[in-house]
Amino acid sequence: MGLPTFKGGIHPYEGKELSEDKPVVLLQPKEALVFPLSQHIGAPAKPLVEAGDKVLMGQKIGEMDGAISACIISSVSGTVKGIEPRKTAGGSMVPSIIIENDGEDKTVESFGIKRDPEALSKEEIRNIIKESGIVGLGGAGFPTYVKLTPRDDAKIDTVIVNGAECEPYLTSDYRMLMEEPEKLIKGLRIILRLFEHAKGVIAIENNKPEAIKRLEELVKDEPGITVCPLSTKYPQGWERTLIQSVTGRKVSADMLPAEVGCIVDNVDTVISIYYAVAESTPLIRRIITVTGDAIENPQNYNVRIGTSYEQMVEASGGFKAEVKKLISGGPMMGRALDGIDIPVTKVTSALLCMSDDEGTNDPTTSCIRCARCVRVCPGRIVPQQMVIAAVHSDAERYLKLKGTDCCECGSCSYICPARIPLTETFIGMNRRISEAEAAVRRKKND
Amino acid sequence: MTNSLSISSSPHIRNQVTTPNIMFDVAIAMIPASAYGVYQFGIKAALVLFISVISCVLSEYVYQSLMGRPVTVSDGSALVTGMILGLNMPPAISLWIPFLGGVFAIIVVKQLFGGIGQNFMNPALAARCFLLISFAGEMTTFTYHDAVVSPTPLAALKGGQSVDLTAMFIGKIPGSMGEVSVIALLIGAAYMLIRKVISIRIPAAYLITFALFVFIFGRQDLSYVLAHLCGGGVIFGAFFMATDYSSSPITSKGQIIFGIILGILTGLFRLFGGSAEGVSYAIIISNLLVPLIEEISFPIPLGRERR
Repeated sequence: MGLPTFKGGIHPYEGKELSEDKPVVLLQPKEALVFPLSQHIGAPAKPLVEAGDKVLMGQKIGEMDGAISACIISSVSGTVKGIEPRKTAGGSMVPSIIIENDGEDKTVESFGIKRDPEALSKEEIRNIIKESGIVGLGGAGFPTYVKLTPRDDAKIDTVIVNGAECEPYLTSDYRMLMEEPEKLIKGLRIILRLFEHAKGVIAIENNKPEAIKRLEELVKDEPGITVCPLSTKYPQGWERTLIQSVTGRKVSADMLPAEVGCIVDNVDTVISIYYAVAESTPLIRRIITVTGDAIENPQNYNVRIGTSYEQMVEASGGFKAEVKKLISGGPMMGRALDGIDIPVTKVTSALLCMSDDEGTNDPTTSCIRCARCVRVCPGRIVPQQMVIAAVHSDAERYLKLKGTDCCECGSCSYICPARIPLTETFIGMNRRISEAEAAVRRKKND
Repeated sequence: MTNSLSISSSPHIRNQVTTPNIMFDVAIAMIPASAYGVYQFGIKAALVLFISVISCVLSEYVYQSLMGRPVTVSDGSALVTGMILGLNMPPAISLWIPFLGGVFAIIVVKQLFGGIGQNFMNPALAARCFLLISFAGEMTTFTYHDAVVSPTPLAALKGGQSVDLTAMFIGKIPGSMGEVSVIALLIGAAYMLIRKVISIRIPAAYLITFALFVFIFGRQDLSYVLAHLCGGGVIFGAFFMATDYSSSPITSKGQIIFGIILGILTGLFRLFGGSAEGVSYAIIISNLLVPLIEEISFPIPLGRERR
């Protein structure tokens, strides 16, 4: 009570005790690595290599294609085997660069060279972030340099480091807060260099008291940086609710955080910015939680992008016999997997292995109008009415209810006592509407 | 391994609370009032309650079976309707009347309009009003101890007599078996609030508005206002009937508007109407306004100027 928060939200079982005290383990990649050309929001990258090429660790193998895109960096040294469609966590086949790992980790020349961020210009910093392929590692995968290039730098007054980690079971951000807090603060300093009027806020849910204490000690002597403990509630870490909690400002679905003077970046993203700018190390790895009651040894890993999920499962001692469901990401917004022969991408936050279905296969019954979905919706829209519009394909009513404001956080489905697949319906409806809008735009352009 | 994996859309976890849980919580919340009713009015009252429940559950079962629909009596909603109906009956009533009420509540008000969640009126209350119109004599004959017919406190109040507030609070008064004991009802209401089955919005808006109305247009006398609050099923109505999910607004603001309308209507019917009561009619009329109330009370989406 008393801590900053937002209206709506839920309190699911947190499940963090399985892995929160497990220090991050380095996972050395083996065999072939797979680099999907699309592992971010925006246009897929254009491959810069072809079959037979030798590549080095830290070498750019995919180039940005358009203003909103991200480049792809090889996380190992070896030989390009080819470019072919591969299945990703999203379920679809994505054109991917396959690299045979030679195991030697031979790097590009500039790799790892220390740099003084204070000596770099804004433009140089942004260029490094862009060339390092950094995207939002919290799960959305929005290209970070785009986010860090608002129309007017001077109008940004708050840079928020998102350490809420509100998704149940996930502990990768927590581990980074505990293990590399100095790098996080240095990364935040680099971002603050871009925005002369901004202060830095490290926002952490109060279910991580150790991390809050640790960071508060470290920022004591850091002017312009504070720690903001938040009440523990899902989806506290959603960008729009986080901004509301930290600053009291409200961002609509049509606005960018920069329009209310805010920039939000996830913990691991900020640390990646530190590595890229201060240690000339582009985005080649990320922190992933492998957890759940169906994996032998829950663990947090430092994994190279492109590594197979299989290798993480192997490192964790394999599945317990009764694995029923595998999820890439957390239980609220993650994707159910039909197999683990898929690559780790920039947006892989976790592999959750569950031994039961926790009611997701309960039969759907009639809506009793209990209004629980209305109460928990963090977007302050009305799922009970939206679902009626959606099942009747009444796009007009759906849009009038601002159905496309839905962030697909899953709170309504979680709470529904009639087990109506609300979120699933909205994901489908939102996709149909955005496809229809894209079609209209294409027609106009023709 | 691959074949045994379950694939479904996010989220992959669910809250434990399901429709039957909620309905059984409501039923549990009515146990204190039911128990007091039986203690006060004897075994006949238990029989009335039993017949109401049986009638509702049976009606749902038979109707859904005949129509070839999935039978949903196990969701507990017919049980709740039956209990509310039974608690709304004078304890000495002929047993065929609550039976008929149950059939009307479930088949006419609930099932014909599409079943659970679709009824636009509280089924038990609609049935009570139907019975009240059809069998006015039996429905308004209230006995107390040894089958002596006596006026309810509200009737006495309307007649200008004074009433015993303590007796009303405990329930030592004539009336429908479920409405007499304010304390038993409040225990049940507290249970529902703690279990988050209902929110305080509708009952609070209802009771406050009603108390103000009675104070302004009735008598500026605290014990008079309290007598109105304790009598005639306002407490029962505010916590157990006005909060019926199907027939009350889903929006927070709408619930407050709904409660205010209820308070005003109940006050109007009580002070200026022909009969001493007014809760039932106030609720079923307000039920009809719910779609309108909802349409003007949707929350403002996060960050937007208006809905």
